Amino acid sequence: MLKKTFKRGIHPLHRQGSGKNATKNLPIENYVSDSVVIHMSMNIGAPAVPCVKKGDHVKIGQVIGTAGGFVSVPVHASIAGEVTAVEPIPYLGTGNVTAVTIKNDFSDEWVELHPLGSVENVDPSLVIPAIREAGITGMGGASFPTHVKLTFKEGAVCDTIIVNGAECETHLTADHRLMLENSVRIVDGLRAVMRALIVPKGIIAIEDNKPDAIAAMQKAAAGRIGVQVAVLKTKYPQGGEKQLIEAVSGRQVPSGGLPIDVGVVVLNVGTCAAIADAVIDGMPLVSRVCTVTGCVKEPKNLRIPVGTIVEDMIGACGGFSEDPGKIFFGGAMTGIAIPNIQTPTAKSTNGVVVFNEAESRSKDESPCIRCGKCVAACPIGLNPYQIKVAADASDFAAAEKLHVMDCMLCGSCAYMCPARRWLTPSFRFAKDKIVAERKAAAAKGGSDK
Amino acid sequence: MIILYAGLLLGILGLIFGGVLTFAAKKFHVEVDERVEQIKECLGGANCGACGYAGCDAFAQAVVDGKAPIDGCAPAGAKGIEKIGKIMGMEANVGERMVARVLCQGAKGVALDRYEYDGYKSCAVAAGLAGGPKACRFSCIGLGDCQDKCKFDAITMKDGLAHIDPAKCTACGACVKACPRSIISLLPVSQSVIVRCRNTDTARAARAVCMDACIGCGRCKKQCQYDAIIVENGLARIDHEKCTRCGECAAVCPCKCIVIE
Repeated sequence: MLKKTFKRGIHPLHRQGSGKNATKNLPIENYVSDSVVIHMSMNIGAPAVPCVKKGDHVKIGQVIGTAGGFVSVPVHASIAGEVTAVEPIPYLGTGNVTAVTIKNDFSDEWVELHPLGSVENVDPSLVIPAIREAGITGMGGASFPTHVKLTFKEGAVCDTIIVNGAECETHLTADHRLMLENSVRIVDGLRAVMRALIVPKGIIAIEDNKPDAIAAMQKAAAGRIGVQVAVLKTKYPQGGEKQLIEAVSGRQVPSGGLPIDVGVVVLNVGTCAAIADAVIDGMPLVSRVCTVTGCVKEPKNLRIPVGTIVEDMIGACGGFSEDPGKIFFGGAMTGIAIPNIQTPTAKSTNGVVVFNEAESRSKDESPCIRCGKCVAACPIGLNPYQIKVAADASDFAAAEKLHVMDCMLCGSCAYMCPARRWLTPSFRFAKDKIVAERKAAAAKGGSDK
Repeated sequence: MIILYAGLLLGILGLIFGGVLTFAAKKFHVEVDERVEQIKECLGGANCGACGYAGCDAFAQAVVDGKAPIDGCAPAGAKGIEKIGKIMGMEANVGERMVARVLCQGAKGVALDRYEYDGYKSCAVAAGLAGGPKACRFSCIGLGDCQDKCKFDAITMKDGLAHIDPAKCTACGACVKACPRSIISLLPVSQSVIVRCRNTDTARAARAVCMDACIGCGRCKKQCQYDAIIVENGLARIDHEKCTRCGECAAVCPCKCIVIE
């Protein structure tokens, strides 16, 4: 069978199995730490509002932060115990976020759950509210609230749901292991959404470097209505929403558009499993699978309560094997470096990768030699070298004309660049600036009216 | 003979073209207001763009057209603006010379680091990563965005902190716009008593991140005989109307964050 893929793209670390060899054969282990720090900005959109105070006793699954708007989800306690602090902490972005610290009493007490029953019999209208109440956000990294993704504007029709099992990022094997060990749950979650949105077709897309996961998912999908497995060529960034849609369905999402504009919704495998948990068991999203790899003594796939501190996770993996240089959340391509090991994980943290001093040292950039490798790599078809010139000159209008807003910051261009240009950070900066300018203009326009 | 012909031919051609050019120059003469040239002479001449126009030429033209204010060019300085006023026959309302000041002393070793930053050399980018590489969320990041924007070579980076040479500064304001932390501000040059800190956190939190942070203790306020110091939001502020620049406050400040330039 001809394997599908998208145009352009790269093969990062392909000689080392994309860095996945260390953990891809290790089963998921449960790990629970002494305390967790759960921050309230787990999703894109409005942060949740904390509704517990210092000294309160909470059970697992208890709501500790209520949704702060439509584009927002509640946050739940991931362990049982006493709330020891509710305070602002610095996190990965600009400014502080409010965080709730819970000390574990190891009673493992759960709040009362309200299961909705089997996914094939559940009332479809209850599925999306259940997803929202369970606090489910996209678990592939972007943490967009799932119920918002599944609520279309009028007239939009969805005919296919794609489950993203590509896991094209380097080093990460969390989705891979989840597909092997929780394959039925993933299909259950997909079916729940298919029934809720009355979608006839659900496709689970997996790259061909995970043959065991493909076999497991095919077995789980056998006999389920409308569910099929698509095998894709291994290529980065296949897990990007728009690239995955192009690879699986051949449709192209228009510039500035959403997948629903071409009748598709993409969900991560972790999100699907969480949806199944929310529907079948009434369980909120309180834990997730996270790969801990790189310079740690025993790399592992851990199932951790949301909010586990990185230091504890490294400790669970036997500590550092060498002096760490950089630690980041996510894979090597799109991961975000964390400031210290006290940083707590979030719902979207799919991996903690530790690089040693030598691996993490960045090189100074040199002038562009006009080789065009970045153009050949860009999965969207942009001209990264031109955008870089515009962005560095703070000429954001020119960068916008060159479609910098379509850039998804996958880092393919920077990975290929022989001059080691800092392409992606420039684009991120330009995008942030343009978004800020648009917001300012919108605020001004609003006040004029 | 050949040389003669060649010379004649070239001579005649030269005369014809000369005639055409003279005719064209007279016929298509564009009246340029001589004031534009004169004003251009008075400007900063760096095409910094701080006035909001494309460059010095465009600004000079705009002044003559009456679209731009005569004091719109900060780098021109008081003298320049006065000259422009004379050229335009208008009363130049020359304020005091302004100068950009860095309101932070968080150099390396003074302000604590939150993490070691090893990325794209831009303050604006670093500021977006976990609140910036320095523990203080108000501090100078020290990667030189202001230095890149300064057309007058007035900013130097030393130990992760920007220093502005008041003699070279023309108060164009490019650095003020470039700073993601807004710690550079334009102040009249005579306001030489400066609180070099912007940290509005509590004393404990401020001191935990920087040795030289203003903790809002109020000693300066007590010391000041002229009632010229206001302490609000954990930060001292100087009322320049009342300040006599006696320097008593700087002497008693336990954090050495009041400085006299």
